[in-house]
Amino acid sequence: MPTDLKHSQTAFSYRSYSILIVLGVTAVSICAIGPLIGPTTIDWRSVFDRTIPFAENVDAQIFFIARLPRSIAGALVGAALASAGVVLQALFRNPLATPFTLGVSSGASLGALIVVIGTPFAASGLPTVPLASFAGAVGAIGIVYALARSGGQRLSTSILLLAGVTLNSLFSAIIMFVQYLADYTESFQAVRYLMGNLDVSSYTPIVWALPLLIVASIGMSWLPRSLNLLTLGPIGAAARGADVLKTQRVAFFSASLATGAAVSLGGPIGFVGIIVPHMVRLLLGADHRLVLPASAFAGAAFLVTCDVAARTLMSPLELPVGVITAILGGPFFLWLLVRAK
Amino acid sequence: MAFGASQMNTINENKSVLCRSQQFSLVVTFFLCAAVSQLGAQSDTSKRIVSIVPAVTEMLFAIGAGEQVVGVSSFASYPDDVNSRPRVGALLDPNIESILSLKPDLVVMHESQTDAIEQMRRSSIEVFLYRHGGISDITGMVRQLGRRTGQTTKATTVAKEIEVALQSIRTRVSNYHKPRILLVLGREPDTIRNVYASGGIGFLNDMVMAAGGINVFAHVQSEAVRPNAEGILAASPDVIIEIRAEGLWSDNKISGQPNVWDTLPAIPAVQKDRVYFLDGSDLTVPGPRVAQATKRLAKTLHPAAFKSR
Repeated sequence: MPTDLKHSQTAFSYRSYSILIVLGVTAVSICAIGPLIGPTTIDWRSVFDRTIPFAENVDAQIFFIARLPRSIAGALVGAALASAGVVLQALFRNPLATPFTLGVSSGASLGALIVVIGTPFAASGLPTVPLASFAGAVGAIGIVYALARSGGQRLSTSILLLAGVTLNSLFSAIIMFVQYLADYTESFQAVRYLMGNLDVSSYTPIVWALPLLIVASIGMSWLPRSLNLLTLGPIGAAARGADVLKTQRVAFFSASLATGAAVSLGGPIGFVGIIVPHMVRLLLGADHRLVLPASAFAGAAFLVTCDVAARTLMSPLELPVGVITAILGGPFFLWLLVRAK
Repeated sequence: MAFGASQMNTINENKSVLCRSQQFSLVVTFFLCAAVSQLGAQSDTSKRIVSIVPAVTEMLFAIGAGEQVVGVSSFASYPDDVNSRPRVGALLDPNIESILSLKPDLVVMHESQTDAIEQMRRSSIEVFLYRHGGISDITGMVRQLGRRTGQTTKATTVAKEIEVALQSIRTRVSNYHKPRILLVLGREPDTIRNVYASGGIGFLNDMVMAAGGINVFAHVQSEAVRPNAEGILAASPDVIIEIRAEGLWSDNKISGQPNVWDTLPAIPAVQKDRVYFLDGSDLTVPGPRVAQATKRLAKTLHPAAFKSR
């Protein structure tokens, strides 16, 4: 990852500030415009007409149940995945790290699939799939962290990375096994889950995910300066007075928490966590004080846009949003690789 | 029927192809006569059948060829006799070794299983190809299986019974207003996320029509549709019927179930409390129980039509 320490702890240029502000305004306006677009034509006067009871107001329900929660979920998931990507790329000093590198998403997917396949009709009234998926994420985080700590005092990023990658393949294998045991219908559901879907169609999953995302963002807001130092490597960072272990811990847990919450909300939506941070770095350089908030804005804007495409391009059918992010993200990432040479 | 005949690569057909240069129609007539006159103990009727298609397995048992079935799919569940037969895999994982070890003279496979079909042909085992179709394909296939197994008379009766039963259902409901139906095949537990529903192609759509309803996604040229919340609200079905293969919704489970569809109160089906849960493999297997399943749908849609007998 490119660094320029001389600039990293100084004041930002006017240009950087304006880019950040433009990104923020874009994100907010895309999130506001997103719910206005959809395959169905709705009558805007009746959407906000309080005289029609909500239970009978189709237009209001399409807006407030079908579209608005989706946009909110898309913005939260996009912001969470993009910023988790930034944090993990800095933590591992590896531009290929993604929120899914640590096995968090496959852990979450496994949890969700066991519920989708194992209990086709639970009667708890709780959002079982998000809960199970979050439990899976926490399980994966715990295993990876325990392994990385086993080496000694300092968190070993190489063990963290290897453990994450290995856990990913292990969980993927178990996912395949669970799918293999399922019948066609369940298996189809499972495949569909793995493509990501923001059609939350109620505010409940958002309310459940929000506290986790808030904790994650508090952790992340503490990080930028330390992450800038960490790009020198643990020893260099320690020499400059950074608390390396604390930084690593906060980075690991806040990124994992954000990823876990995002996956429980929208399923494992790929590529947001890798293309958005790289796009932002191209615009703003490597200073995490700018890159982190800018990535959160850009991630939200990107995913809400992809979701609008997902639900309108082939309506009444819906394209999986993960397919759209990957189709946009794949070629972009290849271009980035070639360009970096 | 036309597609059925082309699917079946029987010896009869191969022979008639060879004789095409001669008087084609005469030869066909000859073989038909031969087949009819030599019912039962016949050399080219199959005696050891392996069926990895549950729908065809059901048909075979229904037409009295159950004794000839020596192996079934891992998903076969009806009739109970299938439990006494060895299971040899299914669509994605046919176990070729187990199939061959049963020494079948006919194997029923899905049309898409090209590799497995090729392996059967290499072992000189005949393959009966199955393709998912509509209601009319079911009776067509029953008749075809009858000829193949030497159970022509029984098969004709079974096919006729299905057609008559379906016709009587159509007649019963014909005077009733046709409600718009969302037929849900699956969704995530406890939410209406990842719903998938019947599209405008296939036996489920045919069953909805025969039962006196209109599928809200009839215009989608696909067997399964994946609508989102907006799509479901916009479709505004009068009735929602959720079907599942196995008994997830035995009666005691339905009561006390929070109705997940209440999250979309603008749907007429929710307002009029017309959301139903039906389970059973008769609804999901396009086999000889199709009339029985259609009747269940019709009774759900038009209870009044079935009250007075």
